[in-house]
Amino acid sequence: MTSTSTTSPAGVGVSPRRRPARRRQPLQRKDTRAALLFISPWIFGFLVFTAWPIIQSLYLSFTDYDVLTDAKFVGIDNYLRLFEDPKVAQSLGNTLIFAVIQVPALMIVALALALLLNQAGKRSAGFFRTVFFLPNMTPPVAIGVLFLLLFNGNQGLVNDALGIFGIEGPAWTTDPGWVKIGLVIMSLITVGGSIVILLAAIRNVPTDLYESARIDGANFWQQTTRITIPMISPNLFFVFIVTSIASLQTFTEAYTAFSNTDTTAGFSNNGALFYVVYLFQQAFSFLNMGYASAMAWILFLIVMAITAIQFAVSRRFVYYEGEQS
Amino acid sequence: MTSLPTVAPALALQGDGGNLGAAPRPRRKPVVKRVITTTLLVAVSAIFLYPFIWLVSASFKPREEIFDNSLIPKTFTLDNYVSVWQDAPVALWLGNTVLVTVLAAVAVTISSAMVAWGFAYYRFPGRNLLFGLVLATMMLPAAVTMIPTFLIWNNIGLTGTLTPLWAQNLFGSAFYIFLLRQFFLSLPRDPFEAAKLDGASHWRLFRSLAVPLSKPAIVVTLLFEIQASWTDLMKSLIYLRDSATFTIPRGLKTLLDQFGFGGERHWEIIVTASVITTIPMIILFFIGQKQFIEGIATTGSKG
Repeated sequence: MTSTSTTSPAGVGVSPRRRPARRRQPLQRKDTRAALLFISPWIFGFLVFTAWPIIQSLYLSFTDYDVLTDAKFVGIDNYLRLFEDPKVAQSLGNTLIFAVIQVPALMIVALALALLLNQAGKRSAGFFRTVFFLPNMTPPVAIGVLFLLLFNGNQGLVNDALGIFGIEGPAWTTDPGWVKIGLVIMSLITVGGSIVILLAAIRNVPTDLYESARIDGANFWQQTTRITIPMISPNLFFVFIVTSIASLQTFTEAYTAFSNTDTTAGFSNNGALFYVVYLFQQAFSFLNMGYASAMAWILFLIVMAITAIQFAVSRRFVYYEGEQS
Repeated sequence: MTSLPTVAPALALQGDGGNLGAAPRPRRKPVVKRVITTTLLVAVSAIFLYPFIWLVSASFKPREEIFDNSLIPKTFTLDNYVSVWQDAPVALWLGNTVLVTVLAAVAVTISSAMVAWGFAYYRFPGRNLLFGLVLATMMLPAAVTMIPTFLIWNNIGLTGTLTPLWAQNLFGSAFYIFLLRQFFLSLPRDPFEAAKLDGASHWRLFRSLAVPLSKPAIVVTLLFEIQASWTDLMKSLIYLRDSATFTIPRGLKTLLDQFGFGGERHWEIIVTASVITTIPMIILFFIGQKQFIEGIATTGSKG
């Protein structure tokens, strides 16, 4: 993560200029103008669609606003109400539990399958990597639909399959206690992206490390835990951060499966009422824009705090090659 | 997994174990290892592919047989496709989605490439600070900007149209700016200096040198954004009200509300609409699978 700009001396942006000092001044000013022209779309977009909305959102979080009438300043009322709203606590709890199950599940499956692919010959690894990646293309809406169908307690494929082993599967889609686990299992069909990342990293580990380990008599498990995992820890950390942030903002699959846009308020399984789903309902079904903005800011703080903790803890576990310690 | 170590001294090697060379081991073991590996890979593949194959197969089954969970329809019928086409303006939805997706992908690729080039090639005061800001926006939860952004489009009077679904892409997107900048940084600087001495303009350096040299990264950006745009539900939920303007994910959600939850449950309609929503993405993957996989792999290594 840290090495990108410092370790590419041949890169366009960082190679030293060779122009004589005299000519540098005017050229550089022209360069600056050109550069600013190139990045101007982003600057405009940032000001209008990021900076301004952040300020506006913070302001709205202190108001009562339903779009139709003017915003009314209410101080910290929205934030106080957040703490009393049982659905905020419930949806936050759902989201955290979901993330705590989903992130490790995704990472373990991704790592296991990447290690497995690495054992296969080059040709078959390429083929199976494609197969593993393919379900990643499924639109999240369709994943929501698939969840309802495959995990249906009475007729679904999953419980049929469990029935073969004499296990009576739970009512995944309607039981609030099982729905999160069902959604995690369903989400594993999109693990392909992480597999591809980790496999690429595993293949980059220098083979001489394994050779010397083998001479020392290390078995597969030892080689994996002592060489592979430490060497790919930056990539594991990347996957960890990305899946954590995505997991905390889970929306589409649960919204598809359990909300009914026709009746606005309905949500048929409160075990899958995730934070962003509830926030979305508050904003666009009930038009409580001020309240939803306050919810968004709490989410912002939670995501930042969790990411900061992850980065702090990672210093102890992530090994960056070439980094002096 | 735990049974593997004992049979595989050469496991961690990249190849098939045959390149151990100097260390003679009983020949049998690599074969055993290969059989176990392949068996596991096939089993996992079956689990990965089953849901989709089942879905496609179910779309050709009559209503009563949807949940029989067999992979081959007992009765093969095209009725579901006919009735989806009659019940819903699917062609219109597909058209809307194609329009939004093309505009979104082209807009974000051109704008992100320009911005990435500005950050990669030039040195200017505040560059690192601004680029840090680009990266920081990736961490920002979409929920924070969602409401004010809706209000902006609402004030301009463009809610209810397809414009808010793609127009922000005209201003670049942090992830693609990052991806393209990485690629631009890996280009050799010499051709650009030479072209500059020949009097090429800044725009020409970008348009006629940087962009053609960066085709792989540009294609990856296009493909990623086509996928993101085609599959997005949230924006279409926020901005679209009228069925005639729906994109295909929004249409599928509407059909689910109508036929899956309310009144009579016509799951065959929903299954078929899901297939129609998903198939273009499968085709897209087969067109650009190499780019998809390489693009993802690069993302993970440069992160």
